[in-house]
Amino acid sequence: MTPSDYLTASLLIIGAVFFLAGTLGLLRFPDVYTRLHALTKADNVGLGLMIAGLAVQAESFAVVGKLLLIWVLVLLAGASVAQLIARGALHRGIRWWRR
Amino acid sequence: MEALTPLALIIDGLLVLGLLWLAWRALNCTELFTAIVLFIAFGLLMALAWVRLEAPDIALAEAAIGAGLTGALLLAALARLQSPDADAAVTGRITPASRSTSPMFRLALLAALAVAAGLGHVVMTLPADAPGLSHEVAAQLAASGVGNPVTAVLLNFRGYDTLLELVVLLLALLGVWSLGGKVLHIDTDPSPVLDTLSRQLLPVLILVAFYLLWAGADAPGGAFQAGAVLGAAGVLLLLAGWRLRAGLVALPLRIVLIVGPSTFVLMAVVTLLVEGQLLAFPVEHAGLLILIMEGAAMLSIGATLAALFMGGNPDNQQVHR
Repeated sequence: MTPSDYLTASLLIIGAVFFLAGTLGLLRFPDVYTRLHALTKADNVGLGLMIAGLAVQAESFAVVGKLLLIWVLVLLAGASVAQLIARGALHRGIRWWRR
Repeated sequence: MEALTPLALIIDGLLVLGLLWLAWRALNCTELFTAIVLFIAFGLLMALAWVRLEAPDIALAEAAIGAGLTGALLLAALARLQSPDADAAVTGRITPASRSTSPMFRLALLAALAVAAGLGHVVMTLPADAPGLSHEVAAQLAASGVGNPVTAVLLNFRGYDTLLELVVLLLALLGVWSLGGKVLHIDTDPSPVLDTLSRQLLPVLILVAFYLLWAGADAPGGAFQAGAVLGAAGVLLLLAGWRLRAGLVALPLRIVLIVGPSTFVLMAVVTLLVEGQLLAFPVEHAGLLILIMEGAAMLSIGATLAALFMGGNPDNQQVHR
């Protein structure tokens, strides 16, 4: 393995840890708002790390550009959809969790 | 076929188990909304399965049409079922008792199992290393005008299949329109987030659609994937509160809807008269002719999918608050 392979592997693994944390949060947090928080925060960073790991292996800058575009689009969609779902939940009168 | 590594076997096994589990849950849950969400998740896993089978063209189509737009259509249908002026007998729930115990359900289950067993038997008895038609396609690829074998088959070697698919899509829309449903417009003001998102995404979606169309000549992509992206742009606009202006409904919309099929038909007639064979392109112009036909098909597919999402003939609009 070359140094860039090690870099890719560690970025992908750290990214996977973020995905795992986000999934745990989605399954274990008490209400829709906290679940959205866990999911979007973790997935955005996790995907960013995965994209960075794959970009290291990319053959051309065009491929790096496409990978970055995917990340930006997912960031945009994730942040907006989380807000829309939270708004919908508030609209339906779903109360937020209190300890 | 090369042997699979243990890791690939585990991933494929998880994919298959996940697909079966999602399919069963989607069929078996009583809440229609949950069923639709499970169906969308099923479509996304299915796209991954196509990637694993090294069929990226089908994976793109499955993700865009099978999971994305079909999911949006199902959710729109559910919203219609639950809207205040829907038939009171129809609600978003299915009682489990009405299904799994009825003789019809068991008969259907038996028939489905028999078909699955028959298909499995056929697949198992296939020769392990069948060449299929891929060698012949590869041998003729130079004469097709494009470099992607899937596009060569869809638009050139078997162009009439694609023509008929476009007609099927148009027929589906005519079926929806002839049911006489009204276009339901949710007229509460859209969230500013959705408004901004749709404004930012629209140019990107149009760009991606044309990129897929252009890339389809040499890489996975093509009219159906590009049309699905355009259709998704239409769905996003409709959700954000955009309305088709009255002047654009009558003739312009219909022209866009039929430009794809009619370009195909026109091309078929011309090639029949000039070349003596249906959709047989002269080699030197094949690339350009295919691009023109795919462009027309993309516009029609996108418009048809967005019109299907509207759910009724836009001639009779109705505002729903």
